[in-house]
Amino acid sequence: MASKPGIIQDGISAGRLSRKEIDRNFFDLHPPLDHHEALVAADRCYFCHDAPCMTACPTSIDIPMFIRQIATGNVKGSAKTIFDQNILGGMCARVCPTETLCEQVCVRETAEGKPVKIGELQRYATDHAMHQGIQFYKRAKASGKKIAVVGAGPAGLACAHRLAMHGHAVTLLEGRKKPGGLNEFGIAAYKTVDGFAQAEVDYVTAIGGIDIQYGKKLGQQIHLADLAQKYDAVFLGMGLSGVNALGLKGKEPDGVEDAVDFIAELRQAKDKSKIPVGRRVVVIGGGMTAIDCAIQAKLLGAEDVTICYRRGQEQMNASEYEQELATSKGVTIRHWLQPAKLRSKGGRITGIELEYTRLAKGKLEGTGEKLKLEADQVFRAIGQKLTPKHLNGSGAGITLEKGRIKVDGEGRTSMKGVWAGGDCTNSGEDLTVTAVAQGRDAAESIHRALSA
Amino acid sequence: MADISNNFVGIKSPNPFWLASAPPTDKQYNVERAFKAGWGGVVWKTLGEEGPPVVNVNGPRYGAIWGADRRLLGLNNIELITDRDLFVNLREIKEVKRNWPDRAVIVSIMVPCDEQAWKKILPLVEETEADGIELNFGCPHGMSERGMGSAVGQVPEYIEMVARWCKANTRMPVIVKLTPNITDIRYPARAAKAGGADAVSLINTISSITSVNLDTFSPEPSIDGKGSHGGYCGPAVKPIALNMVAEIARDPETAGLPISGIGGVTTWRDAAEFIALGAGNVQVCTAAMTYGFKIVEEMIAGLEAWMDSKGHRTLDDITGRATGNVTDWQYLNLNYVTKANIDQDLCIKCGRCHIACEDTSHQAITHMVDGARRFEVIEEECVGCNLCVNVCPVEGCITMEPLKAGSLDKRTGKKVKKDYGNWTEHPNNPSRIAAE
Repeated sequence: MASKPGIIQDGISAGRLSRKEIDRNFFDLHPPLDHHEALVAADRCYFCHDAPCMTACPTSIDIPMFIRQIATGNVKGSAKTIFDQNILGGMCARVCPTETLCEQVCVRETAEGKPVKIGELQRYATDHAMHQGIQFYKRAKASGKKIAVVGAGPAGLACAHRLAMHGHAVTLLEGRKKPGGLNEFGIAAYKTVDGFAQAEVDYVTAIGGIDIQYGKKLGQQIHLADLAQKYDAVFLGMGLSGVNALGLKGKEPDGVEDAVDFIAELRQAKDKSKIPVGRRVVVIGGGMTAIDCAIQAKLLGAEDVTICYRRGQEQMNASEYEQELATSKGVTIRHWLQPAKLRSKGGRITGIELEYTRLAKGKLEGTGEKLKLEADQVFRAIGQKLTPKHLNGSGAGITLEKGRIKVDGEGRTSMKGVWAGGDCTNSGEDLTVTAVAQGRDAAESIHRALSA
Repeated sequence: MADISNNFVGIKSPNPFWLASAPPTDKQYNVERAFKAGWGGVVWKTLGEEGPPVVNVNGPRYGAIWGADRRLLGLNNIELITDRDLFVNLREIKEVKRNWPDRAVIVSIMVPCDEQAWKKILPLVEETEADGIELNFGCPHGMSERGMGSAVGQVPEYIEMVARWCKANTRMPVIVKLTPNITDIRYPARAAKAGGADAVSLINTISSITSVNLDTFSPEPSIDGKGSHGGYCGPAVKPIALNMVAEIARDPETAGLPISGIGGVTTWRDAAEFIALGAGNVQVCTAAMTYGFKIVEEMIAGLEAWMDSKGHRTLDDITGRATGNVTDWQYLNLNYVTKANIDQDLCIKCGRCHIACEDTSHQAITHMVDGARRFEVIEEECVGCNLCVNVCPVEGCITMEPLKAGSLDKRTGKKVKKDYGNWTEHPNNPSRIAAE
């Protein structure tokens, strides 16, 4: 292969690879199963009794049933089995870390280390129904109740859909100009290609009774106290808007960026070759955001991409599969390193100093030993946080726990008439599928409360 | 090294694997390819009377059912006997036999139930120097509507009559191919023997409809929207064929009558099972039609390897070795008590054994033990039925363990008896043979 002048150019620049190469790099991570592949994959399912996969699914999809329906040629019915539990089953099929959920507990994983391809089969069934525009649900008779749902991400969409099914009138308030939340802005481009997130929003909202309003950020254009007054119920599903800082002294030089912004920008870009990226990129963090950021930096043509995580491999939030995916794309993952100092020249980042860490009596501490890495771009991917002031106007109504909204088992917050779900709450893992489950369950709780 | 050379009613072949009378044996071209691949013999596709040949349908002739990954499990066909000119076939048969003197060439024949018809064709076949003939009394489709094939095989008197005509009119060994589309296979076999046949071969195909097209409501294979029952063969029919072979082998009236075993033979293991139940050799069709002639290499090598590993030197060492173990239900030992045992190290916790037992059998397998997902046999409930073994996806995970004589059967609360005891003498049997 000819040398690539784009790759070895210092600094942050676009066009390190040709558009053609970049398009190839960002091609669908798992191309869809074709008909025969789906039958073969479905045939491997043992139709377990009280299936572990189903228990592991946060939305409790009847996995053996939907797979059996694929195997017997009832693909439409299969999609309904999925959507009954998870109206965002199409996105979850693409982005769920199945390797730590359903597929991890698949008995064929136990038996052979090769689980049934549950995620890919789910995509097969849901794609079938969505491509054909098959709508399975109708609105119940109008209840006359109005509900505000804040955030058109997975939690808000799931909640809105289930509320609409029950005949309630939903106003879906979204801060950005586009719906989808992290499905649209927060996931690596190769995991959801061809505008799938928007297509899914259209599919979900096609039930009717959901009025989406954009540019409505909580704490800015809209306020919780007003919503609570104007609507019969409020569901908060706005996710996390703040990004954790590296916590280093002094002003950060140019070239230190938030991974979530980089990921969002990539997802929105029409031509990814126009997205600038560094030659030597360091990503600080150990979760899915760090992985998505690092892989995509590499796919854009960064020569050297290193993830630095302050703990060991076992503690990384990113699944083993995601870690392997990253290393297979040429990303280096280093452990037991925490950022100590950013080095810069002329206001631009030139490198990062990291301190080795260790666990001492269960507590993480620096060893004093340092490692210097050259870098012309550093990404923060050390987690996001709720910005509590956005909940202002609610007085002391909403109780937080560990920096997020405290909810009970049904998604009720401490404030009467206000429910919450998804990443902004303190419950469950920060996953699309968890957000869907919480949005759906909160909708049921709201419906019960309003029907009482 | 085991010697698998075969002598079936005096017909010698280097191995016991013959290709059955069917599409693969319709022409010199195919048969010579088969011999090159190593097949021990062929039964040439059925010849009919002199005259305009039969015609076949011009649409699909085959239907199928499939298992995982589209593995072909059962095939059915509505093809008739050879649709080539009789004399072309005879010329080719002669040439093949001359080119391959060490291989068995048997000619399948189907002509009307009229002695003259048989008298006419037999010398023509004899002239080819083929090793023997097989009377096609088996095909259930098409020709049966014209009073041939299974229409003959379903009437023992006809079988006996035609077999006798053939024996009277040819020096060639006569094999009678039986249809399974009858209620008791022993009757046609007895008839063949009574007619002087040298051997029987079975099973021919089973009348069948493989599927129905739910868009057009036509049976498959569909000829312009209509279907006709075909003859079913392939792995799915093997258990039926094994039983029929065993029934003939253990029938005192036909015991010793040579049998060429047919029906779903796909691997060396299938062949060994047929031979163990009393077949002198086997005939294969569907496996070759699915995978090509090369599979015979696996059959030969596998049979030899198994025989070597067990110390069997010739086919005579294994022929009929299982026949004596086939008995009537009433003679099974009721004092033989087994219990399922689940190897927890092998168990992958799919729960199929539990739900099968719980929903459809004896509630003898747990689902949870001390709050954890765990599948254990409840001996107090287990009747030893083997269903859990059969539904378990892990080979060897669940086994049926016989209880030792003298140990307690927790289900009945009785000690396991040492002696053999069967239904004929069981106290619950109203017509028991009283041991007074």
